[in-house]
Amino acid sequence: MAYVPEPVRSPSAAVGAAGAAGRSMAGFLTSRAFLAPVGAVLVFLIVWEALVWVNGWPNYVMASPSDLPPAYARYWELFLVMGWQTLWRTVVGLLVAVVFGVLVGMVMGFSRLMRDALYPLLVGFNAIPKATVVPIVALMFVGAHDFNTVLIAFMISFFPIAVSVSIGLSTLEPEYRDILRSLGASQFTVFWKIALPKTLPEFFGALKVAVTLAFIGTNLMEIVSPHGRGLGALFDSGKTNSDYPLMFAVLIALAFLGIVLYYIVVALEKIFAGWAERSPG
Amino acid sequence: MTNLIDIRDVRHAYRTEAGTLPVLDGLNVSVPEGGFVAVVGPSGCGKSTLTKLVAGLLKPDHGEVWLHGEKVKSPRSTVGMAFQNPVMLEWRTILQNVMLPLEIVPNKLTKAQKQDRARYLLELVGLKGFEDKRPSELSGGMRQRASLCRALVHKPEVLILDEPFGALDAFTREDLWQIMHQVKEREPFTGVLITHDLRESIFLADKVVVLSGRPARTQYVLDVPDTGPRSLDHLYTSEAAEMLAILRHQIEVAQGRAPAEAEPETRIAPPPGSAAQGMH
Ligand SMILES: Nc1ncnc2c1ncn2[C@@H]1O[C@H](COP(=O)(O)OP(=O)(O)O)[C@@H](O)[C@H]1O
Ligand SMILES: [Mg+2]
Repeated sequence: MAYVPEPVRSPSAAVGAAGAAGRSMAGFLTSRAFLAPVGAVLVFLIVWEALVWVNGWPNYVMASPSDLPPAYARYWELFLVMGWQTLWRTVVGLLVAVVFGVLVGMVMGFSRLMRDALYPLLVGFNAIPKATVVPIVALMFVGAHDFNTVLIAFMISFFPIAVSVSIGLSTLEPEYRDILRSLGASQFTVFWKIALPKTLPEFFGALKVAVTLAFIGTNLMEIVSPHGRGLGALFDSGKTNSDYPLMFAVLIALAFLGIVLYYIVVALEKIFAGWAERSPG
Repeated sequence: MTNLIDIRDVRHAYRTEAGTLPVLDGLNVSVPEGGFVAVVGPSGCGKSTLTKLVAGLLKPDHGEVWLHGEKVKSPRSTVGMAFQNPVMLEWRTILQNVMLPLEIVPNKLTKAQKQDRARYLLELVGLKGFEDKRPSELSGGMRQRASLCRALVHKPEVLILDEPFGALDAFTREDLWQIMHQVKEREPFTGVLITHDLRESIFLADKVVVLSGRPARTQYVLDVPDTGPRSLDHLYTSEAAEMLAILRHQIEVAQGRAPAEAEPETRIAPPPGSAAQGMH
């Protein structure tokens, strides 16, 4: 399958640095790192289409990929608005989870007593299926839709962050601390210069899990609570109206957003913790 | 004459959930300015605890630690430390690792001056050309040399080395012994070396302190007649053999495997006469 790279030119980026950027972009678009996953997606779509066609499934059993473009074309405005709502509420929930998770992780990482005290509480909290929490939250803060959604996204995603930070900090070799402390460094300097950067690889590992969880949390709230917003609500309206292609189109849009969020975290990891990637050998 | 380091009748115990663990009990060590003392003793007897007391990371339950005529109450930037585990920061280059103390200790150096200082030390220990490498790209011996540079970069008065060569193979270790002598000539410091290698202690130090088993007290002090750079051949003289025999016996006493003959804390002057005779 020959692939002819097309120069990607959005109208706004057509001038100035676009030349060099365009060349490296073209290089990326022909690289294996790009072609392999794109090929896999194509194969997946073809198999899906073939499966529906061979079995002769009607739309209400299983929509096929060829049903999706019409659905997007009809509702593209809704997809943009709802997609944005899902996106920002997920990101805000995740950011709160990062702040709160890092703080709890720091407290547990630096204090043995706090670790012993808080750990069972956190584990228990994490073990509660969030689907049971959603209606409770929806009842507690009736109508505060954005708040509720962000809250669930946060609750479902902060646990791995807190645990990874606390483990990263508590397994810091004492020599690191001694070297800085013997020079008169404050506890904060030890954290800032050593503990924090050293924990970054674990932190990003957890963030990759957390970003997916936050996304699930957002959608859970959107689907369950009535008069919802976001892609979850769009899915729900597809269900109510028996618009099966719409439901599948939402699923694909969710998958796409999830992939984007995940790879943003991966890019951040490359920037801030790229040193942790061991060269082979 | 005042000593640069004075440890006077120090006692210390760790309080753990299992109870108190007395670690040091009547420890006396003094090191004159420019001196280099090696501390040997059974494993777990409290040697690392001693370094933490000197660095001000721990306060003794009883007794005093004096540095340069001042009682140590908290950490001070006139101390440099290196450990068996060289603990380099993997996200920094070797040069940036060596410069770390200069980011903590108050100083008026410019960035360029800090870099020059770090480069100079790296060259001194034979790491020229490795400044921009990551720690994981270096061998264990090289990392240990870089950790030595980091311990010295802020020109500390006191250099504390806690079994720095303990994890290295014999050849690398002997290389580093030579490098230590070169470094001490160019970058004078007062040193405390914790080691479990008796040959290392008499090769590097001018005084060897033997600690008793836990709780440790000063059991024996041996003066080493040679000071300054020396070749490895010095370890194979009858004089060295005699010192090693004495130290080995003292360690056995400290471990409780041999009965003590000498009184504790007896200062036994090295017998240079007899050793010199033995050579003929
Ligand atoms: N922070 C601590 N808390 C409790 N016990 C400790 C602590 N540090 C060391 N110890 C115990 O004190 C004893 C002496 O430790 P250390 O000074 O490290 O010995 P050495 O360096 O001579 O091997 C050991 O038995 C060790 O287990
Ligand atoms: Mg030790």
